[in-house]
Amino acid sequence: MVLTDVLVGGLTLGGLYALTALGLTVQYGVARILNLAYGQFLIAAAFGAFVLATRFGLSPIITLFLALPVGFALQWTVYQLLLMPLVRRTGAGPALETDSILLTFGLSFLVLGICVAAFGGDLYSYSYLAYPVDILGSKVSANRLVAMVFAFAMTAVLYLLLTRTRLGTAVRAVAVSPRFAPLVGVDVRAASAIAFGIGGALLAASGVLISMFLPFSASLGVVFAMKALIVVIMGGAGNLMGCLVAGLLLGFVETLVASYVDPGLTVAANFTLFLLVLLLRPTGLFGKTVR
Amino acid sequence: MTDQARRQVSSRLLITVIAAFGALALGDVRAQEAPKSIRIGYVVSKTGRDAPGASASTTPNYQMWIKEVNAAGGLMLKAYGKRVPIEAVEYDDQSQAEEAIRATERLINQDKVDVVLPPWGTANNLAVGPTLNRHGYPHLAVASITDKAPEFAKRWSNVFFFLGMGSQYGEALVSTLEEARKAGKIGNTIAMISVADGFGVDLSRATRNVVEKHGFKLVYDKSYPPSTQDMSPILNEVKALNPDAFIAFSYPPDTFLLTDQAKVLGFNPKVFYAGVGTALPGYKKKNGASLDGVMGPGGVDLDSPAIQDYFKRHTVSAGYEPDRWTSAVTWSSLQVLQQAIERVGKIDREAITREIKTGTFDTIVGPVKMDNQMYTNLWWVGQWQGGEFYGVAPKDKKGAKAPTIPKPAWK
Repeated sequence: MVLTDVLVGGLTLGGLYALTALGLTVQYGVARILNLAYGQFLIAAAFGAFVLATRFGLSPIITLFLALPVGFALQWTVYQLLLMPLVRRTGAGPALETDSILLTFGLSFLVLGICVAAFGGDLYSYSYLAYPVDILGSKVSANRLVAMVFAFAMTAVLYLLLTRTRLGTAVRAVAVSPRFAPLVGVDVRAASAIAFGIGGALLAASGVLISMFLPFSASLGVVFAMKALIVVIMGGAGNLMGCLVAGLLLGFVETLVASYVDPGLTVAANFTLFLLVLLLRPTGLFGKTVR
Repeated sequence: MTDQARRQVSSRLLITVIAAFGALALGDVRAQEAPKSIRIGYVVSKTGRDAPGASASTTPNYQMWIKEVNAAGGLMLKAYGKRVPIEAVEYDDQSQAEEAIRATERLINQDKVDVVLPPWGTANNLAVGPTLNRHGYPHLAVASITDKAPEFAKRWSNVFFFLGMGSQYGEALVSTLEEARKAGKIGNTIAMISVADGFGVDLSRATRNVVEKHGFKLVYDKSYPPSTQDMSPILNEVKALNPDAFIAFSYPPDTFLLTDQAKVLGFNPKVFYAGVGTALPGYKKKNGASLDGVMGPGGVDLDSPAIQDYFKRHTVSAGYEPDRWTSAVTWSSLQVLQQAIERVGKIDREAITREIKTGTFDTIVGPVKMDNQMYTNLWWVGQWQGGEFYGVAPKDKKGAKAPTIPKPAWK
């Protein structure tokens, strides 16, 4: 088994995992909402890309750039309409997490129902950028490469957004200390809503990207949500670098185990890694005890 | 007892006796009247992991059947001399066996359905088996493959298996490969992978048991977890071993992924066999001409006018084509059920079960007769040839095409 195959394979798979978790880490880390409907919205974005690509011939790359503002607007609206009452009621305290879990859990069924009504239970898949790209002698599908590059790029863009802009600093302030951020003039609710929206933009973009190479059906939202959750918790909620590193680690471990040990042990290996990280660093690789 | 009480008791007793006789008499009269409708219930996976399978092979067939029967006025019940329409009750088992059992019990106990159509999937069918057996409902287990079918048939006298056993699929596949080897088209090395779930475990075990007998060597024999999102580590390994035949007992998402990634990696074995999913219309739509030569379980005799007509009607009714494996068998099982009910002439589940067990039925896949509660005149191996998934094994079955080996390179 050539080492470059493992390296490239691990990178692309890790990039995929990190990509699907980026939005969730922003939503959970900043807005303190554990969005259990995350996977379902991701699938909805994938369906959108499918319809636009197959019925209207729109290139998924264009859909990708359309998905960013649409995803932002949708999740921002969800936050304002559905989650804001919870935030107000719980005062953005610890009760918000449990309440938001219940609400987003119900929301996931709503979105699931809409997807099933519109598309049925079938598996959907289309081909885009499905040609091989040669990297160091290893062949990788171009669409997976795009997903990986996008994951890295988005992490960089988000990092710059969060550290070099006023809005970003306000969002970081809310993430670190929601209780005292108002003291320095930060509108916590607005910043949380925007953070939730940013998570939504990322989630929509990742949905479009994965639709290029992963077959999906309305019921697959749970699988994505679970994987994203593992990456988020392992990397530390709210930490972008943590999310990227955790995703890459999982991707590498899975590829290594599949290539050198046994493909049947990949899930076991991933969860063992997850457990180890949590045992050694309970708040995640880069997480800190917040609150 | 006081006088008054005794009078109340005796008058109550009189009323009760009169009412009882009245009910008996009325009941007798009602028995001659046809029921207003025949209630047919079914539990299918509309959501969850099994939804793609059910929505391809099962649900559209049930819906089309009920629509067509009711369009003709209903099922002909000769005991009453008239057609009685079907009233359908549908539940979602969410791809969970426990939910399938619960919903089936609800159908029988609360909705009081006359007939229960089976769910999709081996796990679900085996889960609802005891319930249907206990209540005496005929159980046409179509979308289920289990090597334990003969045992279940002995245990449940009301169950009928329509899709064969894993051992039959494995044996037929390896025999087909052996013929190709004897004709000098391929060598003797096989790489086999299987999804770590019922289907994969069953069929890989069946194949593993017979490869040596047929003169083959397994150079790679691994299983992978369902919902794996990247098959390239496995494919890279297998490609490096350069096997003559690649066999994957996979589920639809993995089948799609294996095909995509094999193309990207340029993995062109002489035989490429993938599992569930190869017969799906979505697989054909996505891959088009590049599918030529891909093998999988199942197949269909597309030269048969009955099958062609079925395909047309299904496409109109459901909006998409049937799959090329389980769909036609599901439809023929419904034909068996309908003919059995109409031959018995009324809803007498014991008689219907007896009729299915012993009768011969006329269906789109030809005459169907149960052999020890199993229907085994099936296509075991199919292959995409010229844009269609024809049956390749058994090679002496009507409509069989010769397999194209080696498979042309991916287009």
